[in-house]
Amino acid sequence: MSQTTETAGRLHEAGRKGKDVRSDLSVSFETQGGDADGPEIVLRSRVEPYYGNAIRQQVRDVLGAFGVTGGRMEIDDAGAVPFVIEARIEAALRSAFPERLGGATSTSAAAGAVETALRLVPRWNAESALASPRSARVRLRRSRLYVPGSEPKYMLNAGLHRADGIILDLEDSVHPAEKDAARLLVRNALLALDFLSAETMVRINQLPLGLADLEAIVPALPELILIPKVEHAEQVQEVDAAISRILAERGVTESIWLMPILESALGIENAFAIASASPRVAALTIGLEDYTADLGVVKTPTGEESLFARYRVVNAAKAAGVQAIDSVYGDIEDLAGLEAWALRSRGMGFEGMGCVHPRQIPVIHRGFAPTRGEIEKALRIVAAFEDAKARGLGVVSLGSKMIDAPVVNRAVRLVAQARAMGLIDSGGASDAPGAVAAARAGTNGSNGGEVTR
Amino acid sequence: MTTMQTSPKVSSELVRNAAGRMVPTEVNGRPQTPFLGVGAYEPDGDKAAPPIRRCADYPTNGDKRVADLRTALEKCGLRDGMVISNHHHLRNGDRVALEVLKAADSLGVKDLMWFPSAAFPCQAEVIDLMEKRVVHHIEGSMNGPLGDYCSQGKMRGMGVLRSHGGRWQAIQDGEVQIDIAIIAAPTADAFGNCNGSHGPTACGSLGFALADSMYAKHVIVVTDNLVPFPCLPWQIQGNNVDYVVEVDSIGDPSQIVSGTTEITKSPDRLLIADYVAQFVRDAGILRDGFSFQAGAGGVALAFVGKIRQIMEETGVKASFVRGGSTKQLVQLLQDGYTSAILDGQTFDLDAVRSIASDPRHVPTSPFTSYNYHGKGNFASMVDVVVLGATEVDRNFNANVNTHSDGRLLHGIGGWQNCLFAGCTILAVPSFRDRLPVIVDEVTTYTGPGELIDVIATERGLAINPRRQDLLDAVKGSDLPIRPIEEIQAEVEQLCGGKPERPRLSDEPVAVIKWVDGTVIDTVWKVES
Repeated sequence: MSQTTETAGRLHEAGRKGKDVRSDLSVSFETQGGDADGPEIVLRSRVEPYYGNAIRQQVRDVLGAFGVTGGRMEIDDAGAVPFVIEARIEAALRSAFPERLGGATSTSAAAGAVETALRLVPRWNAESALASPRSARVRLRRSRLYVPGSEPKYMLNAGLHRADGIILDLEDSVHPAEKDAARLLVRNALLALDFLSAETMVRINQLPLGLADLEAIVPALPELILIPKVEHAEQVQEVDAAISRILAERGVTESIWLMPILESALGIENAFAIASASPRVAALTIGLEDYTADLGVVKTPTGEESLFARYRVVNAAKAAGVQAIDSVYGDIEDLAGLEAWALRSRGMGFEGMGCVHPRQIPVIHRGFAPTRGEIEKALRIVAAFEDAKARGLGVVSLGSKMIDAPVVNRAVRLVAQARAMGLIDSGGASDAPGAVAAARAGTNGSNGGEVTR
Repeated sequence: MTTMQTSPKVSSELVRNAAGRMVPTEVNGRPQTPFLGVGAYEPDGDKAAPPIRRCADYPTNGDKRVADLRTALEKCGLRDGMVISNHHHLRNGDRVALEVLKAADSLGVKDLMWFPSAAFPCQAEVIDLMEKRVVHHIEGSMNGPLGDYCSQGKMRGMGVLRSHGGRWQAIQDGEVQIDIAIIAAPTADAFGNCNGSHGPTACGSLGFALADSMYAKHVIVVTDNLVPFPCLPWQIQGNNVDYVVEVDSIGDPSQIVSGTTEITKSPDRLLIADYVAQFVRDAGILRDGFSFQAGAGGVALAFVGKIRQIMEETGVKASFVRGGSTKQLVQLLQDGYTSAILDGQTFDLDAVRSIASDPRHVPTSPFTSYNYHGKGNFASMVDVVVLGATEVDRNFNANVNTHSDGRLLHGIGGWQNCLFAGCTILAVPSFRDRLPVIVDEVTTYTGPGELIDVIATERGLAINPRRQDLLDAVKGSDLPIRPIEEIQAEVEQLCGGKPERPRLSDEPVAVIKWVDGTVIDTVWKVES
């Protein structure tokens, strides 16, 4: 067993314990200990009568797979599911055997351990995973729900709340001491959980730490990666290159989209260059907490102080042919304020925003939905367009008015969006918006938005 | 009636009842009828009655006060082996029950059967009194330390768990003969008239004590707020009361209200509440004049908030709602969304104030609400009830009494009685920690699946296939309606397979009664 001298005799810990911890576990490993039968395993579990034997078997399997033949592992389990158990054990072992398994600094060794880990993590129903296609470049991105990358209990049911996207966050919501463990947890969550119709997203850390995140999570194929605090196009290109390299090494050709987050005055100034830095960029967004701090102004519930920056993001995004997505609304109690914000945001040209609590999702979906009047008008324009096309006319007209091509395009896009949101039945505007239908339509992503691109 | 009686001396004989569960044929020396199926058991005979008394033996001026509790117990003739009853309207703030049992101890009395309408953690000291042989055993809900004591087989007799309605039924049918009932009264007069809605320790309704006041051989009222005759209103009639005892305090008001009247922030619980409210709307249950019951606790309160929102949107109003009453229900009443609150238990101070001041907020009792051996009850007239459970099986049978390892966890409360509502919805998370809630076989069979219509989880709603009418009614709804087996399989995949079933002993420590007094299941001894 190769081990560096400084790690010998030290406790290598991962996860959490305590009375209030749920769906997580604490793992503590020391390289000394064990006997001829292998490592010593001490397990205290809240679900001992039901899963004690299964947990012990899993621990032996994971230790064996990573070639650990000795040592002592102590586990306090608060009802963690198997993918969480694997992530926590792996994090402790990586700390104990940095040269062989890759610690915080050794990304190449970490990549070596990825194959082992990918074999160990229980997969979500493979058939259903294959059945749902990867997210399209243009799709509904009204709501993206932030889930802390170090909190398994919030991950397990995140997909049930019908957000258009779920962000497993490795950045601000994860304590610096937990970064290494969190990226393994996020990787495993991507493999093990069904996020239903939501687009799976990961917010990596600022570069260069974000590059280590990519080594861990790209093999688990998230559909989109958010890059925080982007100020230059080169940062996006660096992430693009790393993703492409990791995918190529694994012989994978799946798409992974990027959403750069602009969080400073400089980032806003470079918005267009950033939005057009890589063909992977599907959307551009803004982080108002840091942006207003950078400006030295106070963030208000109505957001006048960030109007310039947000208009700039919308314009740069449209110019680059990507979606413009707004920041989050932090006050989860103030649903009326949120709805007002979402309505203004849609009016400015944004197509969605972030959520910090699931209760914000339906409010945001309402805010970004086209009105009945808009839908009906767009349907008339599209019908006139189809009619003109069928009759071979070069000019589209509605009544006595001639309709310009950009207006037709906008109508086509609005109808497609409304259809994806479940606001249109087969024929016309629907009285009963079907959230399920909307969510499903969001998955295949093949909406008519491409008309304008 | 079709009983399978055995000699009272043979206490270990077990038979398989209609639910397929092994149950003892005799409990604490009394022969038992195993559960025969819903509605199958037909009682006969007359109701029980207390001994006849005469005015000549009571003060003509109506002043029934005695010096203290000990004196009152002595005057009632307290002796070994008697049945002593208390009530849980003061919940975890109650000070009277323990004082009664300690007074019995000081009188040197042994082997009492304690018959509370429910026991709370503040009464954990009863364990010491059982160790000292003052209390022989408890018939009533047990959880926490008392639940563990019973589960570990340390109680000398067997525990008997009854629903609120079942407790009334057992008293009324003479299955339990109460020797001395001690009623903690937030307000009383010297004649024994009392109510729970007024006074410094006001708690709302005294309904749990009503049967005891009518059927017990002796009744003592203990109060910390003695008012001049007449005490108005009187929910308990002084004409049933033997003695009145004045004390400094009957309880801690801060522990009387549950404190769980905050609406949950848990995303999953809010989602379940949303689904339940939407189901009530989409299934057509929500219509003018409808009625519902939902208690305190996270999902129920969130459900009330959501159903109110739908009522505001649609203009639909309820004819009555049933509590556990809370601030949320009181607001529905005050804002005109319901014509009445029929209140079995009062959970917060807003509700206590409302029951004291608003004649449309009515205190009820287990007799009017729940008693199965009566000429009807309110519970079956409710259109939809939202309840919880520990475990549910694929046939919709449910457990509310034990942890999955067999330890006693909760009493039955009104849960069994509520199953007779027009639509019974169990709102449960699909798993707790790693433990799936939908299981192959429930650890304890508290309620038959034939009375349970919908299991609402955050992963979808399963409708009992027996309720084709409900399945038809929600066709076209965008709710995630799913077969129960599908939800179970999905959760088992997430949790890493089916949980192992802990091995339980074959030694009964308690029985679960059905609403008609038959034995529906057994609680088995658990190794400590």
